[in-house]
Amino acid sequence: MKKLILIIFYLFIFNIPAFAIVEVDITRGNLDPLPIAVSPLHVESGSKDIKQEGKIIKNVGEKISKVIETNFKRSGLFNPLKKDSFVQNPDIAHVKPRFEDWNLIKAQALVTGSVKVSDDKLRVEFRLWDVVAAKEMIALAFSTTPDNWRRVAHIISDKVYERLTGEEGYFDTRIIYVSETGDKTQRYKKLAIMDQDGANLKYLTLGNELVLTPRFSPKNQLVTYLSYFRNLPRVYLLDIETGVQEVVGDFPGMTFAPRFSPDGKKIIMSFAKDGNSDIYTLNLSTRVVEKITEHSSIDTSPSYSPDGKYICFNSDRSGLQQIYVMRSDGSNVKRITFGKGLYGTPVWSPRGDLIAFTRVHKGKFYIGVMRPDGSGERLLTENFYQEAPSWSPNGRVLIFYRETKTDSDGKGFSAKLWSIDLTGYNERLIETETDGSDPSWSSLLSK
Amino acid sequence: MNFKRVLIVVLAGIALTACATQSKKAGQMQSDVYTGSDTVEFLATGVKDRVFFATNKSTLTTAARDTLRKQAAWMRKKAKLTFTIEGHADERGTREYNLALGERRANSAKDYLMTYGISGSRLSVLSYGKERPVNSGSNPLAWSQNRRSVTVKAN
Repeated sequence: MKKLILIIFYLFIFNIPAFAIVEVDITRGNLDPLPIAVSPLHVESGSKDIKQEGKIIKNVGEKISKVIETNFKRSGLFNPLKKDSFVQNPDIAHVKPRFEDWNLIKAQALVTGSVKVSDDKLRVEFRLWDVVAAKEMIALAFSTTPDNWRRVAHIISDKVYERLTGEEGYFDTRIIYVSETGDKTQRYKKLAIMDQDGANLKYLTLGNELVLTPRFSPKNQLVTYLSYFRNLPRVYLLDIETGVQEVVGDFPGMTFAPRFSPDGKKIIMSFAKDGNSDIYTLNLSTRVVEKITEHSSIDTSPSYSPDGKYICFNSDRSGLQQIYVMRSDGSNVKRITFGKGLYGTPVWSPRGDLIAFTRVHKGKFYIGVMRPDGSGERLLTENFYQEAPSWSPNGRVLIFYRETKTDSDGKGFSAKLWSIDLTGYNERLIETETDGSDPSWSSLLSK
Repeated sequence: MNFKRVLIVVLAGIALTACATQSKKAGQMQSDVYTGSDTVEFLATGVKDRVFFATNKSTLTTAARDTLRKQAAWMRKKAKLTFTIEGHADERGTREYNLALGERRANSAKDYLMTYGISGSRLSVLSYGKERPVNSGSNPLAWSQNRRSVTVKAN
C-alpha cells in the first residue's frame, strides 16, 4: 500500500515538468526575457468599429494585441517578437498554430485570439500556446461592453503572466498619483488616476488646494489622501466612482500620512499636535479613534502588514528618522534599521515578506527593501532625490517618484514617476501628461 | 622674469576673488542655519517675519529667539491681530516626515512667542513640509533659506 502511494507521488512530481516547459524565472533579474509572439486578435466578420468618447476604434483585435505587447515588454520578463516576422494568419493560428513556423522565429510562447464586436457587446477569446511543447496552455473567453476593450487586454496579459510565472499579474490595475504643474515655489497639485499603462488618465481634483499622498484602499475604489482645503491640512476619503469626498475624523490639528488597513475598514495616519506627531487609527464604520503610539518624537508614515497584525512606521525617537515595527495595538515597538543615514517611508509588501523604504545617506536617496526584522537590506536604486515606493499588488514591482536637481538659477526642476523590479532590474520612467509624484498602485480590479 | 611676476599677480588676483565669493556665501550661513536677509520680509520696521533652522532640527538659534522676541513685543502692541505660523522644511527629506518637521518648527516658534506673553489663541500653526520653498535652488544656501518658520498676519 505504501509503495503504491509513493509511485503515484512520483508520477505526479515527474509529470509536472512535461506540462511546463515554458516558464519564466522571476526570482532574479531577468536578463533573458522570454520570446513571445502576440498574434493580432482575429476580428470576426460582421464586427463593428468601437465608438469611445467620440473616437472610432478600428480593428480592435490589433489594438488589444498591442496593449498586451506593451504590458509584456514593460514587465521586463517577456520579449514580444515583431509582428512582421509572423507567417500564419491570426484566424488560422488561433484554431491550430503551425508550431514549426513559430519555432522558426524563436517564439517560445504564442498568444492568439479572436474578437467579435456588436453594438453593445465585445466577445473576446484567447489562447496561450507553448510553442516548444506544441501544446495549448490556456483557453479563455470573456464578454463585456465594447468600451472595456483595454481592460480585456490587461486581463489577458494577467492570465498569461500568471500561467508563465506562477504568480498573480498586475496589469489590470490603476495608479493614482499627484499631478504637478507650475513653478517649484508654488506647485499646483491635482489628484490624477490612470490605468497602469498610462491610458485613461483622469483628474479627480481641480488644483484649487494642495493635495498630497493619495493611497488606494486594497478592497474597493476608495482613496485616502491629504488635502489643504481651506488651509486646514486633513486626511480625506474620496470615492472615485461617485466623486464624494469627506474629511476623516474630527481632529483639532493636522492629520497626514494616511493608509488603509488591509481589510479596508480602518485608516491609519498621523495626527500632529503641539509639535508632536503620533499615530492613530480611525474605524470608518464605527468612527472609533484609537491612539497607537504615544511618544514625544515624530511618529509617521505607518503601514500595516498584510495580515493586519503589525505596523511599520517612521520615527525619530532615536534622534533621526528610522524605521520601527510594532504590533497593531502599539505594543512591542522594535527599531529595524541600523544602517548609516536616515530611513523613511516604510511600506509593507502585499506578500508580507518585505518592507520597502527610502534611505538617505551622504546626500543620495535610495529605494530599497528589507525583511520585516530589518535583515537582508537591498538597495535597488540611487538618485539625487526619490522616495515614496508603492507596491504592485503582486509584490514584484515598486513605483515611486524622483525629483531632479535644479541648476544655479533654480531652473530645471521636474518630478516623475518611475518603476523598478524587486530584483533591482528593469527601471522605467512612467510617462505622465504632467509632472507626477506620490504614486499609489491599486489592487487587481478584476479580483 | 617680468612675465612671471605678472602671472603671479594675476593668479593671486584670481585666488582673492575666489575667497571673496566663498566668504560672501559662508557669511550667510552659520553651520547650516541661514543668517542672511535675502528672503526675509518684515511685519513692521525692524520686526523680521521669519526664523531659520538647522537640518532636521526645530531648536531655535540665538538669532531666531531674538527675532521672535521682537515679534512678541510688536504683537503685544497689536492686540487685535491674530497670526499663522507657517513651518517649512527643505527638499532633502521625505514628504511625510517633512510635514511633521514643519509642524514641530512652527510650534517651536509659537511656544517661544507664548513665553513672551502672546496668547496661544492668537497663534495658529500650519505646516507646509517641503511644499512651499522660497528658493527653488538645489544647493545648501537655498535649503537653508527654506528651513524656516514664517509668522503671517491672519486677520
